[in-house]
Amino acid sequence: MHAIVVDRLCKSFGEILAVNGLDFSVDPGETVGLLGGNGAGKTTTIAMLLGLLIPTSGNISILGHDMARARFAALARMNFSSPYVALPQKLTVAENLRVYGHLYGVRGIEERIATIAEQLGFTAMLKRATGELSAGQKTRVALAKALINRPDVLLLDEPTASLDPDSGDFVRSWLERYRAESGCTILLASHNMLEVERLCGRVLVMKHGRIVDHGSPAQLLAKYGRDDLEEVFLDIARDRNRRIPA
Amino acid sequence: MTNGAVRRIWGLMYRHLMLYKRSWPRLLELAYWPTLTMCIWGLTARFFAARTGSAGTVAFGMLLGGVLLWEIALRSQMGMAISFLEEVWSRNLGHVFVSPLRPWELLATLMSLSVLRTAAGVLPAVALAWALYAFNLFSLGPVVALFAANLMLMGWWVSLGVISLILRHGAGAEALAWSVLFALTPFSAVYYPVSVLPGWAQTVAWLLPSSHVFEGLRAAFVDGGVPYSQIVVAAALNGVWFVVVGALFLREFRAARERGNLLLIGE
Repeated sequence: MHAIVVDRLCKSFGEILAVNGLDFSVDPGETVGLLGGNGAGKTTTIAMLLGLLIPTSGNISILGHDMARARFAALARMNFSSPYVALPQKLTVAENLRVYGHLYGVRGIEERIATIAEQLGFTAMLKRATGELSAGQKTRVALAKALINRPDVLLLDEPTASLDPDSGDFVRSWLERYRAESGCTILLASHNMLEVERLCGRVLVMKHGRIVDHGSPAQLLAKYGRDDLEEVFLDIARDRNRRIPA
Repeated sequence: MTNGAVRRIWGLMYRHLMLYKRSWPRLLELAYWPTLTMCIWGLTARFFAARTGSAGTVAFGMLLGGVLLWEIALRSQMGMAISFLEEVWSRNLGHVFVSPLRPWELLATLMSLSVLRTAAGVLPAVALAWALYAFNLFSLGPVVALFAANLMLMGWWVSLGVISLILRHGAGAEALAWSVLFALTPFSAVYYPVSVLPGWAQTVAWLLPSSHVFEGLRAAFVDGGVPYSQIVVAAALNGVWFVVVGALFLREFRAARERGNLLLIGE
């Protein structure tokens, strides 16, 4: 059984077709990157996967649950992190994690918080107000929130946006290790090509709400005759220099 | 209610309780307006009562009782709407709505917080009315609890309407959280009987549970009896309004999920 199945998914906002007939599936334990320029439909797709947006047409099934009919059963086994959705700033880090521990029905919340804080290296910050943290520290806390319920499916929207290279590398290394240990399925939307190349076994490239290409990073590099995914991204975004074998 | 639902409701309540623990201005604000309003109206009522004899004494009780009970409606409405707005202001709604928290659990949380906020706001004013003016709201007996419950229910469905409008129009509609119930004050006959209103306004007044509560309050002060008929009508009207506004909420919640407003609402 696939962890995520997206079938003929469409979303329009009035005249604008944001997502246009998306079809893909993600296997359990797989990490798939969602690549695309601004307005390609990545965030809209993730919002539909999370049940925040109702599709205009098409179906989504996550962990065997139809998101139109039984989204809460799936949501309990999923989680999400995005730098564009904040945690309450006045609460301490521990309080925020406690809130989400309760919302996701986590057993042994205090032990879970202590473990995850140690793993992500912010034990000393547990009693600090979330609003006082640096961008890098906030990203670690947001990641901890996303992992508080040991999700089977993790949706990450630009998890390292606005991080310095050191913090970004820490998060990417940690995600690699976590995936290997937990077998978690990850869908990652990112503009950072190095990140996608490093973390993702497969990449879906979106443009104008459609998947215009897909494959492993190595397959895409070979297909476009490029040395890095950034050039592949530009080839697709600008419809330029395509050297795709016949 | 399942254990899971109780934990989720407690989880979101805990988030708000910690917010109040860390923000004394928020805590102070809860009791500030009810206490100030009670002091001003108490002095005004005592001034008139001293000049109009025994009738003035009854009017003093009606006025001060009306002020304190109306604060219950105001604070319960604001308590629910502002707790929702706290999630909007902190850009936390996205996280809340992708958790397994059901919409009805969110509403149950907001109502529970509303009870706590109302108690924290109104009880100090009730105690101060007793200390300053020797006015005991509970001297009317258990009927006060029925009045209070009806006014709290009214605050909740008005708030549900406000939240529905915030879901549709975003944070631009947040001013309604403070103002909407004040607009209903003239029709609620808090300080005067419904009969002094113009004909068309009386029609509006009788559609509101609050006007029946305050007519009942005045009857209780004058006759000393329990105005059950007014209480039953108020409860029935609350039920009808809950159905109407609940349908509006469900429609707007679905529309917000269709338009993507749950993510954009704080923008």
